[in-house]
Formats: sequence, C-alpha cells, structure tokens
Amino acid sequence: MGMSLQTFSTASEAQAALGASGVRYMGGGTLVVRAVNEGDLSFSTIVRTTDPALSAIETSDAGVRVGASVTMGMVLAHPGLSYLAPAARAVGGPAVRNMATVGGNLFAPAPYGDFTVALLALDAKVSVSGSGEMALEAFLQERDSLGASALVTSVTFAAPATDSFRFLKVSRVHPKGAAVLTIAADIREEAGSVVQARIALGCMADRAIRTHAAEAALVGRPRTKEGIAPALTAALEGIDPPTDAIASAWYRREVLPVHLGRLLLG
Amino acid sequence: MAKVPVQFTLNGSERAEFVESGSTLLAALRDKMGDTSPKGGCLQGTCGACTVMVDGELRLSCLTLAETCNDAQIRTTAGLANGEVLHPLQRAFEDAFAAQCGFCTPGMIMAAAALLERNPNPDRADVVEAISGNVCRCTGYEPIIQAVLLAARANSTSAA
Ligand SMILES: Cc1cc2nc3c(=O)[nH]c(=O)nc-3n(C[C@H](O)[C@H](O)[C@H](O)COP(=O)(O)OP(=O)(O)OC[C@H]3O[C@@H](n4cnc5c(N)ncnc54)[C@H](O)[C@@H]3O)c2cc1C
Ligand code: FES
Ligand code: FES
Repeated sequence: MGMSLQTFSTASEAQAALGASGVRYMGGGTLVVRAVNEGDLSFSTIVRTTDPALSAIETSDAGVRVGASVTMGMVLAHPGLSYLAPAARAVGGPAVRNMATVGGNLFAPAPYGDFTVALLALDAKVSVSGSGEMALEAFLQERDSLGASALVTSVTFAAPATDSFRFLKVSRVHPKGAAVLTIAADIREEAGSVVQARIALGCMADRAIRTHAAEAALVGRPRTKEGIAPALTAALEGIDPPTDAIASAWYRREVLPVHLGRLLLG
Repeated sequence: MAKVPVQFTLNGSERAEFVESGSTLLAALRDKMGDTSPKGGCLQGTCGACTVMVDGELRLSCLTLAETCNDAQIRTTAGLANGEVLHPLQRAFEDAFAAQCGFCTPGMIMAAAALLERNPNPDRADVVEAISGNVCRCTGYEPIIQAVLLAARANSTSAA
C-alpha cells in the first residue's frame, strides 16, 4: 500500500485529519520517515501542518512559549534561549537538528528525548490541541492514551534563574551519539543551601522522568559532596532503566550517581 | 500510488517532476532528476551520505519528503563545481586524500560547505562538530578534517 502526505495550513485542520485510522502526524519527520523507510505498515497517511503559530518562539517576562514545530536549530539560533542550547545541541548532528522538532522530541522513545529531559526540569506545560494545557510530567505518563488525534501545539515554561539550570548528556560516541543517560536540573539556592530542586532523567525509563526522591533529599542541604550524598542514593529509588544497544540497565544504574554528582557539584 | 507534482530549484535550475506521494527527496533527486550525488546509505538518518541543503540549511534527504520541498532552493554536491573548476572543498578533499571509496564524500562536502558558509575560519573542533552527523568507514576522519581546514585556509587566502 502506498503512503500519502496531507499538508494543512492550520493546526486545527491537521488535528481534524488525525482522527481517521492509519494516520500519523509528522513534525520534522526524523522518526516518522525513518519508520516509513523501514517498512512500518501501521500508517498509510502522513499529516503535517505549516501553521506559522507552531513555528513561533515567544519570550517575555510572563514566560516562554515554544511552538511544537520549532526545530533544535531554531532553539540554538535564539539568543533568549541560551540556557537550552546544550540540550538542543545534544540532539543528533547538524542536519538532524535542522529537522528535529520540539514536539516530536516529546514522543521520542529512549535513548532519544534529550530535549524533553531539559523541558521536564523546567516544569514545562504542554498545549494539546483540543485538550488544553497539561503538565509535561503528566503528559509523558498519559501520552500513549491521548490517542492519535492529540496534536501538541506548543510548550510553555518560565525561564530559569541565571546559572540555576544544568544539563548533561552522557554518550559513548563523541561529539554525537545516543544517550547512556541525560540529566537536567534546575537548582535554586539561598544562603548556601538548596531551596528548590527539579531533577529530570533521560534513559532511566522508556521516557523522561522526574526524580522527586532526589529532589526532596537535596532541599535544605548545601551543594557539597556530603550535602548531595543522600540525593545521589535517593535518585536510584524505584529506577528501572532500559537495556539497549547503548548500555545495559545495570550500567545505567551504576553511573547515574556518578554523573548526577558531577552535574550537581559542577 | 498517487502521483503528486513537486517543483523546486536544484543547483540553480528550475525542476518539476511527478513523484509518489510520501516519497523522499533522496528518491526524487536520484531516481527522477538524475542527480546521484546524494547517496542512500542507511535511510535512517544515521550515515549522512544523503546530506543536501534545503533553503541554505543542512538536511537529510532520506528523511525529507519530496513534497515538503515545493518552491525550495535545493543544493547538492553536484552543483558545487563551477564548470571545470572544482569548489575549494572538492579540491581540498582531493589534495588531502580525504576520499577513499568516496561514498560518504558528497554528504561530507555538503556538511563542510554548510560550516564554511556560516563560519569561514573554523577550528578543528568546529569541523568535528560540523561533520558529526556523517559516517566515513574508510578514512578514519583525520584526512577529512584536514581537508576542510585546508579549504578554509584556501578560501581566506584567495579572499585576501
Ligand atoms: C540520526 C538520528 C539521530 C538522533 N539523535 C537524537 C538524539 O541525540 N537525541 C534525541 O533526543 N533524539 C534524537 N533523534 C530522534 C529525533 O530526531 C528527535 O527526538 C526529534 O526531536 C524528533 O522530532 P521530529 O519532529 O523529527 O519527530 P517526527 O518524526 O516528526 O515525529 C515523531 C513522533 O512524534 C509525533 N509527533 C511529532 N510532532 C507532534 C506533535 N506536534 N503533536 C503530536 N505528535 C507529534 C509523531 O506522530 C511521531 O509519532 C535522532 C534521530 C535520528 C534520525
Ligand atoms: S541515507 Fe540518509 S542518513 Fe544515511
Ligand atoms: S571514503 Fe569510504 S566511506 Fe568515507
């Protein structure tokens, strides 16, 4: 059976077209067209939209809104999003980054989804056409049950305080390679101790997760070797990382405290 | 299969073709338009042999649907030489022995061209980053890195 592409000029028309069976939405297509090339028969129609609203980046004192069709390259080129540049640069090589969208990254399975890890540590909200806004953490849990007609239009978040945001992707192939693990953290400190912590992990489950146990163990303590020790232990609580061609679950568990420690102390 | 018209500028020439809906830019370029400079290696985005420029941006033609390129400016390695005169990158690849089997070369050269157009004086780290989406199974990369640095130097000397 042949494949066909339908292009709509508005997101709402594209969303309406997603209701039919055998339809898959395409952002940048790095995963969708790869699936076509590999002979995926679970869909026969690809839907996309050229709606300019989905390609917009708005930064203001009220917060940041990044359209779902914004690519990693566009994030890198935006002077107001420099704190997200390390996460955008972590996604593939230069050509992939010109194609890979923020919306598509929310659906990318481990070991992909590096940018989503950063958004999770920023406590981003996801706008889903027809369903309104939801917290990214809840979206990631419910993503598979939202159905094929769920169209993400944008993500919103508050810009982090200066120097509070940290990002680390660990991979074996440099400068580009799929992740052994990815960590993003937004840590606020006052008078020498942590007052608020959000820590997100990639490749520690089939999608990005928050480690609330490590966050709680960090608050009220100084960011020193001794101060972060309970958080490093807590980060492993209930963690069940995948085994894939990049690393085993055992290896990922072993190195998580090492890299989390380096990120928190760095 | 449904045929759809696509038209774009390929290396400066207006081109129009009917392609199968949902087919890739790589297939349109190679099978319909006779430009075999982009290569189909993995068709998964991992090897970079199919790398082209779409509206001045590096893209993987194996993961780009041809229909999304209507009205675009497409550039491939086949369009770099000026008649008989090789592009500085092509000459540097030859001089620095940066091609062995040559399969990766057109993609490498496009990735390098995108770098030099943005950054005419790259350092080694910039070159490594720029070709990080392109796999070479023959050269060990070092001659390619040297060729890109050589082309950058040649450009700055000829501009001086
Ligand atoms: C060679 C290569 C290297 C890669 N390296 C990395 C890497 O290092 N890190 C990383 O994180 N990823 C990587 N990826 C994976 C991928 O490129 C990125 O995750 C990218 O952000 C996916 O976005 P896309 O727009 O291309 O997704 P698409 O392929 O367009 O879509 C992916 C999935 O998301 C759905 N989708 C897309 N947009 C929306 C939307 N707005 N609303 C609802 N559903 C949507 C699609 O239906 C599809 O199921 C790599 C891919 C390749 C080919
Ligand atoms: S053929 Fe396109 S990246 Fe390998
Ligand atoms: S020269 Fe053979 S793959 Fe690069």
